[in-house]
Amino acid sequence: MAVPVAFFAVFFAWPVAAIVARGFKADGTWHFGRIADVVTQSDIRHVLWFTTWQALASTALTLLIALPGAYVFARFDFPGKQVLRAVVTVPFVLPTVVVGTAFLALVGRGGLLDELWGVRLDTTVWAILLAHVFFNYAVVVRTVGGLWAQLDPRQEEAARMLGASPLRAWRKVTLPALAPAVAAAALMVFLFTFTSFGVVQILGGPTFSTLEVEIYRQTSEIFDLSTAAVLTVVQFVAVGALLAVHAWTVRRRETALRLVDASVTARRPRGAREWGLLAGVLATVAVLLVLPLAVLVQRSLDTPDFGYYRALTHEDGGTFLVPPIEAIGNSLQYAVAATAVAVVIGGLAAAALARRDAGRLVRGFDALLMLPLGVSAVTVGFGFLIALDEPPLDLRSSWILVPLAQALVGVPFVVRTMLPVLRAVDARLREAAAVLGASPWRVWREVDLPLVRRALLVAAGFAFAVSLGEFGATVFIARPDRPTLPVAVARLLGRPGELNYGQAMALSTILMVVCAVALLVLERLRTDRTGEF
Amino acid sequence: MLVSLQDATVRFGGRAVLDAVGLEVAEHEIVCVLGPSGSGKSTLLRAVAGLQPLDGGRVSLDGRNQAGVPAHRRGVGLMFQDHQLFPQRDVGGNVAFGLRMHGVSRRQQDERVRELLELVGLPGAAGRAVASLSGGEQQRVALARALAPRPRLLMLDEPLGQLDRSLRERLVVELRELFGQLGTTVLAVTHDQGEAFALADRVVVMRDGRIAQSGTPLEVWQRPADAFVARFLGFDNVVEGTVAGQAADTPWGKLPVPENAAQGTRTLLVRPAGVRLVEAGEGLPCTVAARTFRGTHVAVQLQPEDAPRLEAACALQDAPEAGERVGVEFDAAEVVVLD
Repeated sequence: MAVPVAFFAVFFAWPVAAIVARGFKADGTWHFGRIADVVTQSDIRHVLWFTTWQALASTALTLLIALPGAYVFARFDFPGKQVLRAVVTVPFVLPTVVVGTAFLALVGRGGLLDELWGVRLDTTVWAILLAHVFFNYAVVVRTVGGLWAQLDPRQEEAARMLGASPLRAWRKVTLPALAPAVAAAALMVFLFTFTSFGVVQILGGPTFSTLEVEIYRQTSEIFDLSTAAVLTVVQFVAVGALLAVHAWTVRRRETALRLVDASVTARRPRGAREWGLLAGVLATVAVLLVLPLAVLVQRSLDTPDFGYYRALTHEDGGTFLVPPIEAIGNSLQYAVAATAVAVVIGGLAAAALARRDAGRLVRGFDALLMLPLGVSAVTVGFGFLIALDEPPLDLRSSWILVPLAQALVGVPFVVRTMLPVLRAVDARLREAAAVLGASPWRVWREVDLPLVRRALLVAAGFAFAVSLGEFGATVFIARPDRPTLPVAVARLLGRPGELNYGQAMALSTILMVVCAVALLVLERLRTDRTGEF
Repeated sequence: MLVSLQDATVRFGGRAVLDAVGLEVAEHEIVCVLGPSGSGKSTLLRAVAGLQPLDGGRVSLDGRNQAGVPAHRRGVGLMFQDHQLFPQRDVGGNVAFGLRMHGVSRRQQDERVRELLELVGLPGAAGRAVASLSGGEQQRVALARALAPRPRLLMLDEPLGQLDRSLRERLVVELRELFGQLGTTVLAVTHDQGEAFALADRVVVMRDGRIAQSGTPLEVWQRPADAFVARFLGFDNVVEGTVAGQAADTPWGKLPVPENAAQGTRTLLVRPAGVRLVEAGEGLPCTVAARTFRGTHVAVQLQPEDAPRLEAACALQDAPEAGERVGVEFDAAEVVVLD
């Protein structure tokens, strides 16, 4: 417990404190009035308003499109379901930059729709909304569908036997059981889209800007650090409130529901309506999730002899001091280090949180752990930038700074993955081992570890994918001569010319492939292990 | 005494789940704690195992106070209610677990596992997955696992609770034979009186964290200590009465009581076998409210006019039909004056 607390104190609390100080302290005195000054500026008000309504719209759209998907995944059995489940999950772990680039290739200038019908969406908010749906489809399908699949259909049947119509039975029995999961999923989506950075940065152009993008702009373009700090605090408060609501819905979701094994609740679709629904969901997945990535790959190959890919290996002396291709090595190195840190810190935190005698204080730490996820990468990066660049802890020139920031973002994923599994380990199983003569340490090694090994691997995979695609924090602190893949893509997109555009597509494709391969390797490891259980 | 509890007290949020319990178990003795759910019997086992710290009193093993000794150093075995086999290990791995924890060599482990699986009637099952076992087989593996490190005391929590009736009846006989053969000291808890009576040398009845009665199965069956124990054992003919001499005045009329019965206001128990049916017009007039076929006899529910219901045990051929009017007389030998 002490290690994660120290880690968070140094690499999260302190940077955040530094931001607050930077925003409100001038000449040694506090000026909390600044918050009013900043948020009443008309352009900032505009940003706040846009951030909120696009998040609401994205959430509504995502629920609208993904809930039928959740139903289909939960209740129907059809060939290729496993593959489709994987396909749906991939976007969630894809770097925001890749997604932004892919949508640019689909709906942007010279994009597929532009070529075919002369339709461009990249100057409208639709590109952003669709990209957000792309990202968060999996969140809804997994959160809601996961629970839906485990709801006992016999509950509905019991209601039917008591005289309820099918619709009424669904409304009175299934919907109330599902509502907390829907609420939790909606909150997650809202949170992710509220703090959206990479997507808006790439697709938003000069017109659309979320708080995250504005913080970045204030820092790196206008160099108004104190306004950036104030905005960060505003976002921090908003996210804190959202997380509190989220924690509440999670608690409500944990109220006793009769859950059954998901494999027994699914069946073949019956009748034209159900087959139609399935076809509709499949078509949505194809158009919304698969097409953008396909177009991205196609665009990157749009010159003879892999021209864009070959161009990546050349040093151009401009914004890059090194050939863009070196970003792959940087990214992998950072990601491995970040994964190691995230797994150790997250694992320790999860183990401490899972103890049944964990007190209020420890449970409070649980919510605190989620903060970096919600508080957004830009905050983390910005905080590192202003807090860790001077003694006593000067890491500005150390390469470890980037993995540390990425690990901070990865830790919540590790905790979220490990905690339910650790909590699900029956305490009496541990007692059985203890009575047979196992010391507490042996109990952990013999009982807990084998049961959570799978979750540990999944958590590591998540942490790896997250740090590989991490953009918001890294863009602040990566040194110019050591860009990561997402940073390199963003830099290429920021420059004019077809070659740069093509190179961005090529680099994004590489990033996507690296992410997909990393996930597949882990998925493989996972299924190998399942043989043991 | 191998096990000795003195004033053992455990409180959950102010409520005493174990309330100053005193209990002793001698070597080679099989003691069964019997009580309804919530009576504190599982907590009793957990306190002896070291899984539940005491709020008062002490637990001694072999005369040594166990305060501060963690579960893994107490050298006792505990078989959990739902077995708690390790899902990621096969049968052999489960049975060998305790041996590994005690640093037994690989070769000896294998040998002991084989020996134990044979003992519990599952020879050659070491390589099987736990998930492939039936309930009865799981129970046997859990037993083998608990026995493997040769614990000085074996504790069983509802050992047969989840098995179906016929299997339970067979296993309880097997268990008793096995424990006799091995000379194991056993402390078991159950809510099933049949199980307790078949298994135990001595039965301890618990109620609300206290011991209500302790004795051999026969003693407890013949002379329940109070109305609670009597009712828990399934006797429903319990009534208040005033004993004077060889008779008691009760709502069911004058009941004959055995010689030397305690005098005064008492609780009386009439075993169903002591309720004799006679011609209507004689004895206590009753209406037959219901009859339940019990295999060896028929349990007849009788409704007297102004008194609580009575249960009678009748031979199959002379059980009256529901609705018939009968008379009832009582047998002094089957009337017990409680308290």
